[in-house]
Amino acid sequence: MLHIKNLQVKADDTLILKGIDLHVKAGEVHAIMGPNGSGKSTLARALSGHPEYEVTGGEVLFDGKDLLDMDPDTRAREGLFMAFQYPVEIAGVNNAYFLKAAVNARRKHLGQPELDAMEFMQLIQEKSSLLEIDQSMLQRAVNEGFSGGEKKRNEIFQMALLEPKLAVLDETDSGLDIDALKIVSNGVNAMRSPDRAFIVVTHYQRLLDYIVPDYVHVLSGGRIVKSGGKELAMELEEKGYGWIETGAQPVGA
Amino acid sequence: MTQVAEKLQPWIAAVEQRPQGAPRWLQDLRDKAASRFAALGFPTVRDEDWRFTNVAPIASTDFQPAPDAPVALSDLDVLPYSSAPFRLTIVNGRFSAELSRLHNLPKGVRAGSLAAAATGHGDVVPRYYGQLAEFHSHSFVALNTALASDGAYLYIPDGAVIETPIEILFLAAGDPSAVTMAQARTLIVAGDRSQVRIVETYASLRNGTYFTNAVTEVFAGEGAVIDHYKVQQEGLEAFHVATMQVNAQRSATVSSHSFSLGGLIVRNDVNAVLDGEGAEVTLNGLYLADGDRLVDNHTAIDHTKPHCPSHEVYKGIVGGRARAVFNGKIIVRQDAQKTDAKQTNRALILSDNASINTKPQLEIFADDVKCTHGATIGQLDEEAIFYLRARGLTHFEARDMLIHAFAGEVIDRVKIDDLRQGLEAELYAQLAKDLAEIDAA
Repeated sequence: MLHIKNLQVKADDTLILKGIDLHVKAGEVHAIMGPNGSGKSTLARALSGHPEYEVTGGEVLFDGKDLLDMDPDTRAREGLFMAFQYPVEIAGVNNAYFLKAAVNARRKHLGQPELDAMEFMQLIQEKSSLLEIDQSMLQRAVNEGFSGGEKKRNEIFQMALLEPKLAVLDETDSGLDIDALKIVSNGVNAMRSPDRAFIVVTHYQRLLDYIVPDYVHVLSGGRIVKSGGKELAMELEEKGYGWIETGAQPVGA
Repeated sequence: MTQVAEKLQPWIAAVEQRPQGAPRWLQDLRDKAASRFAALGFPTVRDEDWRFTNVAPIASTDFQPAPDAPVALSDLDVLPYSSAPFRLTIVNGRFSAELSRLHNLPKGVRAGSLAAAATGHGDVVPRYYGQLAEFHSHSFVALNTALASDGAYLYIPDGAVIETPIEILFLAAGDPSAVTMAQARTLIVAGDRSQVRIVETYASLRNGTYFTNAVTEVFAGEGAVIDHYKVQQEGLEAFHVATMQVNAQRSATVSSHSFSLGGLIVRNDVNAVLDGEGAEVTLNGLYLADGDRLVDNHTAIDHTKPHCPSHEVYKGIVGGRARAVFNGKIIVRQDAQKTDAKQTNRALILSDNASINTKPQLEIFADDVKCTHGATIGQLDEEAIFYLRARGLTHFEARDMLIHAFAGEVIDRVKIDDLRQGLEAELYAQLAKDLAEIDAA
């Protein structure tokens, strides 16, 4: 589903990713771990097409198409979803209105009829209980005044509505207490399916107790320095990142 | 003779030709205003209140009084609030019965020509006309007071509740090559415990250069509730200078929403005096400044008595090479304890060549008060645009959604559905043009 070949990415004129190779197949969950400044979030943001990240080399194919050639919104409509580490507050834009626009943008792209208000409300009801999204969260402005946990739940809720092919979760666990972590993880696990893939970016192994990955990759100094199964996450938890970082220079966030 | 004085000469000649034949009190008022105008002349950028708005383009133009102009009823169908159930129409400063819809107004309500009311409602009109809007230090108010021959009069008797909105429509009409001016004058008197919803519209059926000089006086009696909307949609080469003066008596509630969409040079002064305990005033505004336009909003809320809340939200969208000015003054007098005043003004800058000058101005002489103000000026939030795009909305859809959200905070407060929809359609059509220009550049 996703082929990343020798991806190099600059931010603020500094080379952060120095050649990433990653192959994600449908149905798989890949965890990207690594110390602060290793380039984890840069990878997530570069995949989503954030304008502050400049791709200076390499290739990314998403279902055979050149992902790097697409606008951020085309990537989203093609089925790439990024759960933001810091979801943006958007004053004045009603959350339900925004969600409907997002769902219909994807449906239109897929050649499906757009949902009307009634159909959309049905979809909302179907998906909202799992993530404990209540009416008030839908009627407030997007993320405005949401707690940290509410923001992350809202991200995963959007993922549930948009049903992407590939979801990239950028430190979704940061700032969550254990209850919120469980809700968010349940939401993700309910979405796991043979035709959907996940890239879970995290600093801590804790999230991976709930969202169990098929593969774990350790990023350090802008490169993947070690890959393995879920045991690798356990090992990192025990030993810390120190033993893996030898030889790799950390770079700025 | 100085250049300024030279420019003033035709204006002084104009006020010498002021209308005659009104009742004694009104004629006296015109005389005083005329001599005051001659003494004041026009403000210059050396006057603090006019620092950013140079009215020389108005002062140096030789405007002729706008003559009568033919207007058909069907001409009014294109206006943003064409469905107004009651309408009081003024063309080029003079009341038109044919273009008005005033049948079946509730008993005791008076709506019509201000000139007629000056004699016909002689026990009420002289108590307010020219008594609220102060012309001693305001030359445009003085000019209007000297020259206004007619205008709109709306009187709501004590205790009357008018649920149907009433529109006061000022139309500029006539030959587009004629450089004309009209004095737009309005007096609204809402009796004790009365309730009324008013839409004051300035619209144009002509192109070209013309000048509307408007003065609106609003008196809200004890416990009166006035919900007022001003829609300014003058021609794009027009000058619009307006003063609205509100006096709110004990426990009166006055809200006024200003929508400024047209005009080349626009200056709106909205002044409200909280003149009785527990009176409450809301002044909101939304303006669009684009092209080469200048839009200046000055508001002043004067808290003179205790326990008065005031609320103010002004928002502007500034694009092209336009300039915008916002000055929000709040005065809290010594007696006005327990004042609760809140002012917010925000501007969205769409282009690099647009600019805004904004200033909150608090003058507080009481010690037990709550006053807050905040001003933000900025461009569209790039992170918000990216977030929306990451959810599949195009750049244009994301930008439109953010701009609509920005304007919505003011537009959504319009309680008259047809008016709100008309304003939205007008604003977004203009914005679509502006954004298309930006995208083409």
